[in-house]
Amino acid sequence: MASPKKSVAKEAGQDKAHRSPPEFTREQELTALRDMLLIRRFEEKAGQLYGMGAIGGFCHLYIGQEAVVVGMQMALKKGDQVITGYRDHGHMLACGMEAKGVMAELTGRHGGYSKGKGGSMHMFSKEKNFYGGHGIVGAQVSLGTGLAFANSYRGNDFVSLAYFGDGASNQGQVYESFNMAELWKLPVIYVIENNRYAMGTSVTRSSAQTDFSKRGDSFNIPGKQVDGMDVRAVKAAGDEAVAWCRAGKGPFILEMQTYRYRGHSMSDPAKYRTREEVEKIRHDQDPIEQVRNRLLAAKMSEQELKAIDAEVREIVNASADFAQHDPEPDASELYTDIYR
Amino acid sequence: MPIQVLMPALSPTMEKGNLAKWLKKEGETIKSGDVIAEIETDKATMEVEATDEGTLGKILIPEGTADVAVNTPIATILADGESAADLGKVSAPPKAAAPPAEAKAEAPPSEERKAPSAPAAAAEPDAEIPAGTEMVTMTIRDALRDAMAEEMRRDPDVFLMGEEVAEYQGAYKVSQGLLQEFGAKRVIDTPITEHGFAGIGVGAAMSGLKPIVEFMTFNFAMQAIDQIINSAAKTLYMSGGQMGCSIVFRGPNGAASRVAAQHSQDYSAWYSQVPGLKVVAPFSAADYKGLLKAAIRDPNPVIFLENEMLYGHTGEVPKLDDYVVPIGKARIVRSGGHVTIISWSNGMSYALKAADELAKEGIEAEVIDLRTLRPMDTDTIVASVKKTGRAVTVEEGWQQSGVGAEVAARIMEQAFDYLDAPVKRVSGKDVPMPYAANLEKLALPSVAEVVEAAKAVSYR
Repeated sequence: MASPKKSVAKEAGQDKAHRSPPEFTREQELTALRDMLLIRRFEEKAGQLYGMGAIGGFCHLYIGQEAVVVGMQMALKKGDQVITGYRDHGHMLACGMEAKGVMAELTGRHGGYSKGKGGSMHMFSKEKNFYGGHGIVGAQVSLGTGLAFANSYRGNDFVSLAYFGDGASNQGQVYESFNMAELWKLPVIYVIENNRYAMGTSVTRSSAQTDFSKRGDSFNIPGKQVDGMDVRAVKAAGDEAVAWCRAGKGPFILEMQTYRYRGHSMSDPAKYRTREEVEKIRHDQDPIEQVRNRLLAAKMSEQELKAIDAEVREIVNASADFAQHDPEPDASELYTDIYR
Repeated sequence: MPIQVLMPALSPTMEKGNLAKWLKKEGETIKSGDVIAEIETDKATMEVEATDEGTLGKILIPEGTADVAVNTPIATILADGESAADLGKVSAPPKAAAPPAEAKAEAPPSEERKAPSAPAAAAEPDAEIPAGTEMVTMTIRDALRDAMAEEMRRDPDVFLMGEEVAEYQGAYKVSQGLLQEFGAKRVIDTPITEHGFAGIGVGAAMSGLKPIVEFMTFNFAMQAIDQIINSAAKTLYMSGGQMGCSIVFRGPNGAASRVAAQHSQDYSAWYSQVPGLKVVAPFSAADYKGLLKAAIRDPNPVIFLENEMLYGHTGEVPKLDDYVVPIGKARIVRSGGHVTIISWSNGMSYALKAADELAKEGIEAEVIDLRTLRPMDTDTIVASVKKTGRAVTVEEGWQQSGVGAEVAARIMEQAFDYLDAPVKRVSGKDVPMPYAANLEKLALPSVAEVVEAAKAVSYR
């Protein structure tokens, strides 16, 4: 009996997804390592400050997913826009926003990116082309498509990146946006960060189609599954998608297969998965360890790597210090920034 | 018996049309489904198909006749075996059933809800119009179109998107001619996907463009209300002033005619509650034009509530190169010293007619058109109430948590000592909009209710 073509194609796709990606130069490895470490140490510190009561409300940590934003950012050029959902601290740091401004926003201080009025889920930087930070699951997908619309309207060659999760992938407006993006050939990359859990619901319990790279099939949008734990694979896929968009061919979907080590938010005990599952991925696939190991194999010394870590820790500690000592916004700020 | 062909109603709000062309001549044979004539409404040219078979006996309304009222006999069809001699004994198809008696008792027959007339010449001169300005008469539909066209000529970042805005020329023909002038890049037909295109509009606005997002009606904007409120209205605040959006959401709001509950809802109160939004709901043609231009230029998100019943109404619009009416200013449309009537949008048609009725009985009403619901021009309301000591609000929307309730609260807070009677509210009834003609009429406010309320606060 002939094997059905479909499964062969699927295997080929899987194989392609896990083929080892192009090597990084030493400089690229160091950039990736430093940027991922900054996010990791920043998030660890944020978790610590949350525990101390310095950060309130919701706080969604990005630990484990660092390779996704760092790899994608390496594929962009200045002027490309980024927009994401509520798990956004990593995206902001990757876009070049300052750690102290982000941390001070988390603590609700005047020196935060939104003067303390936005908090963890709502930060923006026009200068760095970061368009938020959105708390409504899926809303950023339409908004990011609108950023691409503006690029197309202006006739420039910038690309917008709309990040969202496996959970948001089931929202209706995502597909409304897919339809218009392909119809109008808008330069937008939909980066689906599949970290396997939408809050506490695993993808198999929430999604009829768990291959998210196929979510654009009905609209003829090409998609690709990517090892989101390998920053080189992310960068390579990002390059391909960016080239597609800049060439005026319309949107592109990248499913980043990644994992979050922490709970959905700080109050999530994560009972929906085993400790072993988390530990195994952490041990086998950690995005930062992968780079460290390659650098060590390439004869970089532990000493040099520790120096990078120390430099990053210094930035993070300074941001935490600033965020705890900066004043809260003046009471008069209550009534500012409602209209302009 | 010969059959009469009546002037058909080709849309829920059509009252009259032009008989553009007869495609059949007297004496010609007609089969069911044949196109016999072309009729122009203010929105489109439509074909009239015969539903009966026979011979076209007599054309009663010649081609080229303008403003033929709906249900006017336009031709007579003779059945087989009948001749011109039979033309006298015609049978007309049944017309709409008359409303039951009890409905008549509550809604006075003098009041024609389907056709609120344009405001009478304003008693008060308009502060925004320089003395001696030439005025042109135009429909509100054209005033809106001109406002968009002028702003699109002025600023290349302004564009229009929505369902049927381009090739179809607008579901209500508001965007007529814009595609031809500005091209498909700036006049964009969207799929039927309100949530998605509202989000795309807001995203484009965040990056600095100035979209006009048309909703075919605001009823459909419910699908998009998350993007309007959570993304458009709040981002400036949440970004500490860094990132706002200059965007207009516009389209018909409130009750049209005979389209039932899902297509007849007034969102004035909904949007006017939200900080970060501006909400505009004009009544006169001049205000439609001047306020839409202001809305497009405004750096904030503006909800521009239109009224389908008013689209075909004409009014005087100043012939000025750049007529912009400031957002946030009410207008005293009629001055009077006995009672203040506060309304906006189509509510004004009841208010102004009621003021005419009241004048006959010696009660001089001061009628305020709010024009903007947020920010609300409380000063104008309070100054008037301090003068009259009495106030009535008029709205088509529901009473609970309505705009009238807000106006009444502000009067109570800022002019309590000047009040000679509690404020009264005339509003839409607390029910989903019914379809039946008589019930629909009962569900909406009426001139009689406004007159009654004004008399009640005047202890008359």
